[in-house]
Amino acid sequence: MSRVLSLAEAVEQHVRDGDTVAMEGFTHLIPHAAAHEVIRQGRKRLTLVRMTPDLIYDQMIGMGCAEKAVFSWGGNPGVGSLHRFRDAVENGWPHPLAIEEHSHAAMANAYDAGAAGLPCAVLRGYVGADLPKVNSNIRSIVCPFTGEKLAAVPAIRPDVGIVHAQKADRAGNVMLEGIVGVQKEVVLASKRSIVTVEEIVDEFGQRSPNAVILPAWTIGCVVKVPGGAYPSYAFGYYKRDNAFYKAWDAIAKDRDGFRAWMKANVLDQGPEVFAAHARKMLQAAE
Amino acid sequence: MADYTPNEMMTVAAARALRNEDVCFVGIGMPSAAANLARLTHAPDIVLIYESGTLGTKPTVLPLSIGDGELCETALTTVPVPEMFRYWLQGGRITVGFLGGAQIDKFANLNTTVVGAYDKPKVRLPGGGGAPEIATSCGEIFIIMAQSKRAFVPKLDFVTSLGHGEDGQTRARLGVKTKGPTRLMTDLAVFQPEPGSNEMIVASIHPGVTREQVSEATGWPVRFAANVTETLAPTAKELETLRDLHARTRRAHGEAA
Repeated sequence: MSRVLSLAEAVEQHVRDGDTVAMEGFTHLIPHAAAHEVIRQGRKRLTLVRMTPDLIYDQMIGMGCAEKAVFSWGGNPGVGSLHRFRDAVENGWPHPLAIEEHSHAAMANAYDAGAAGLPCAVLRGYVGADLPKVNSNIRSIVCPFTGEKLAAVPAIRPDVGIVHAQKADRAGNVMLEGIVGVQKEVVLASKRSIVTVEEIVDEFGQRSPNAVILPAWTIGCVVKVPGGAYPSYAFGYYKRDNAFYKAWDAIAKDRDGFRAWMKANVLDQGPEVFAAHARKMLQAAE
Repeated sequence: MADYTPNEMMTVAAARALRNEDVCFVGIGMPSAAANLARLTHAPDIVLIYESGTLGTKPTVLPLSIGDGELCETALTTVPVPEMFRYWLQGGRITVGFLGGAQIDKFANLNTTVVGAYDKPKVRLPGGGGAPEIATSCGEIFIIMAQSKRAFVPKLDFVTSLGHGEDGQTRARLGVKTKGPTRLMTDLAVFQPEPGSNEMIVASIHPGVTREQVSEATGWPVRFAANVTETLAPTAKELETLRDLHARTRRAHGEAA
């Protein structure tokens, strides 16, 4: 049964130095508040898994939390580069970052295989592409029925999966909607999990019988963090702060500017600031 | 004749390549502008799919990311990302994939991974994302890229996604049944693969652009089709629709500041 914890307790109890951590959310419901807590608690040597490393991992990599990144697209969507990620890969700052690079299709399949308890995922992928030459975890398998050669990648089985969702109920069940990405898969694939939510309600009430629900008994712990996905968004709650994604480019460009921003906005703050950020982006303001 | 920028000409040429009956897998940026321009002009029934899982989306403003709320709110339905890549893309339900890139070669292979050596990159680019599988699973591929010698190179540093391969014949050799890149729209011209060799050659040149300019901006000895035509200039309606779309987008993204 999932327990309701504070964010500090949840990270203390679930995330350890050296863990493989997957924080997911495909542009939507990205667990930024949880990442800030991991940074504040000074976790080190993490292997960070995520399809789109995005600002969330740019911040963690720049603050020295990571020794490896497993990913499929490492940019600031629609804006450009992730400067901290690039500085780590190109110049080893603040320390070298090993990378394991896949395609989106392979990572989505690998999460699915992790959730399904399979050792690997099989896809018709990487045909004629160079990634298999530089990533020894991309191999092939021959279909025993047709003889077709298919790509195989290992299942993703993180030590900890962290996602953000719209609602939990009192029993600790979690409901999410909108772009659901690989949220469900990452929680089911992980040994431990943290789900931050916008709100905790007595019961979910009227919903589609096919609503996306993670039952309480599949989740490690639930944490209420209103606005916890900002500057990404929570469908039905607040919009993506596209202006901040653009502003991040300048903030992250140089090391000193980045560190000053992280000190003022992450190290010296707590999760409660997210509610205020999200209020700016209320959908009602449209 | 209306006044327009080379970028607008490129987007309009790309939009025109799409058909009303297409199911299009859309990349962010210029492909997204072109695909939505097509939807708002000659192809109202086109099905636009973004890799975040949104099927049949009809955004009123262009998304900054692949998963802006706008895409989900205006979609027919939104499916999980593993389903997106398996049932819809790998399942062969997409007629056109729309890609861009940092580097392209004459067989329309694309690099969006690194400039320089992979282990010691001069420039680390974002990487492939959905492109490696889009390139082989969609019925055909349209590419939109502004031309320059830095981008149109004789040899790619890294093949992120397969075009027609190193010699133009790789798809057949690897048993890939889809067509691959059939059109490349640039700010100067439209390229199509030459039948047989599959080398991308110039099929039409945009108004006011010379062959020399096209050659100058291409890092390989560019070839021209026997019957090169002049691209039809953007119509007033195309330009107005595109500019409205960009203006709405700027307002929407600015509002968030």
